Amino acid sequence: MRDVYVAGIGITTFTRLEYPLTEIASYASMMALKDAGLTEVDQIYVANMGSPRVNHQTALASAVADSLSLLPAGAAAIENGPASGAAAIKAGFQAVASGMDDVVLVAGVERMREVNNLEATDFVATLTHPLTEYIYGVTLPSHAAMFARLYMEKYGVTERHLAMVGVKNQNAALNNEWAHLQQEISMEGILDSPEAMTNNPYVAEPLRFFDACPVSDGGAAIILVSKEKAQELGRPMIRLSGIGQATDTHAVFEREEPTDLLAVRKAAEDAYAMSGLSPDDIDVAELHDAFTILEIAESEEVGFFPKGEGHIALEKGETALGGRIPINVGGGLKGRGHPVGATGVAQAWEIVTQLRGDGGKRQVEGARTGLTLNFGGFGNNVVCLTFVRED
Amino acid sequence: MSVDLEKILRPVDHEMAPYEPKYMMLASGEAVVVRQVFRDEIPDLLKHVEPLIHVERDFYDVVAARVYAELLGYYQYRFQDQYVLALQVDGELAAIVNGRQVTPTLGLSLHTLALRRGLRIGAHGFAAKMEYHIDTLGHDEVLIVAESPIGFRRWMIEYKLEKRFHIPHELGGVPSWALTRELFDRARSKLVVGRRPVPPELLNKAMEKILPPSDPPTPPLDPLAATRSMYDPTATSLVQQRWEMEKGMENA
Repeated sequence: MRDVYVAGIGITTFTRLEYPLTEIASYASMMALKDAGLTEVDQIYVANMGSPRVNHQTALASAVADSLSLLPAGAAAIENGPASGAAAIKAGFQAVASGMDDVVLVAGVERMREVNNLEATDFVATLTHPLTEYIYGVTLPSHAAMFARLYMEKYGVTERHLAMVGVKNQNAALNNEWAHLQQEISMEGILDSPEAMTNNPYVAEPLRFFDACPVSDGGAAIILVSKEKAQELGRPMIRLSGIGQATDTHAVFEREEPTDLLAVRKAAEDAYAMSGLSPDDIDVAELHDAFTILEIAESEEVGFFPKGEGHIALEKGETALGGRIPINVGGGLKGRGHPVGATGVAQAWEIVTQLRGDGGKRQVEGARTGLTLNFGGFGNNVVCLTFVRED
Repeated sequence: MSVDLEKILRPVDHEMAPYEPKYMMLASGEAVVVRQVFRDEIPDLLKHVEPLIHVERDFYDVVAARVYAELLGYYQYRFQDQYVLALQVDGELAAIVNGRQVTPTLGLSLHTLALRRGLRIGAHGFAAKMEYHIDTLGHDEVLIVAESPIGFRRWMIEYKLEKRFHIPHELGGVPSWALTRELFDRARSKLVVGRRPVPPELLNKAMEKILPPSDPPTPPLDPLAATRSMYDPTATSLVQQRWEMEKGMENA
């Protein structure tokens, strides 16, 4: 198997984008091509979850190939729920590692704000079990709320801990010009003041408004290349060193212990094994904080902290910029936004930015290794990636 | 015999009790002061409303144009029984809400214009004006319409407004919705916040001067780009434009 490197990255602002879906994907892709210094690719993978339903558009990868004049490159769209982005990166990795292709463009894109928030929530909820969850009105916020309640009872996590994640990540987004939320929040304003319950009402108790990521549009792209090509292009040598992907039961109630995110654990273990890294080796991480509770739980399952102690590490500031393992320094899904198909690619974009030392105010000093965790379904399809800077 | 036309043209305002200022904390941790502004301060508001007339997103253009006309009408004595509340954060204008009294028992909501987004400032302003109608002026109900989907969610859905579709609203003649005293009482605990009295330092800062908003809504980068791209499927013009912009920023 050949080594695979990231030669180019691109992203659009995550916000409401009143541009056609293809254009959003194309803009991020052109930035990545420009960054890599390339005008041609062998293969294109476009990650997207909802275009047939939300945007009434199918065959997205073919459209991107043509709009960027990348013909006759191979092209395929990849739909894998909110883990579509990292799943597409995995496909790109396989194409290069196998020797089939030398240059692969992986783009992720979503335009969710074309519909109203109720429809957007419903569209994401279609990933739940159709017979035992969806028809009873289960949505992702309600899943996360039940998960949070169990976590609170079992491990002593409180609403204060959840709010701390929200404040950390939303305020981190202020250092990321591409992030959706550019609005500072405070613990006092969202939790402690007499007005907090109005400013930050329950969405699905115990989760409140600021515990959830925004509904965003956006695109991100990376270019994966062989080692020879990476050396030729002369960009920083950042190797996609590990990939793990795992699944869990579709219906959450079927899990023996619902607070255990077994697919996260397995995906991370496999990524570490492939890369030869351990959790202690990771300098910076992007976890899938679609809801604040998930950052806490995932930080334990990927091995940064013992089970049930993620919230204690949070309290100590270990997950903040400057802490032992900075998590979501670009805002995470909470602050950067969560255009579902783009998220996994945007996480890789952030880690590569960090490993290049281009993070500006959010730069993790001396970062050489990074991890992304892209969480699909309610933990039933998870992809973990590790990256290493080699030069 | 000379006729003073101004006396005919100028409506006679009825006496309306003043709105007692209040303040509340936003999600950002900043305090926002809600207070009534009168004619002498309207020119300051007009200055800050005018730029929003050119913001072609979320119906800012329509709302700002109408607010501008309403404020000007109030300033020049061409609007009967209008009141205006301003929301200020550290002196900066964050929102304007206004309305008017139709009869001693009926109020009419005109506009809610948020000059700062993302902190429920508009929602707090709307709640404050409903409080003024129901609690201060003693209106039994307030007629309301929304000009944007955001407004519809905030007012019609959050307050569960009742239909008064047989009454054309003064804003465009569209069917009215109504907030009744009962609906307001139901929403009070969840949606209506604020503390009184306002600490003197906060109130004085607000009264001192209405400062311009430091982060007002702005027009999209190119409001025509999306339309143009329909005729430009390769999106070349848009991408070129963005790159030119980036180049400009790099050179700046």
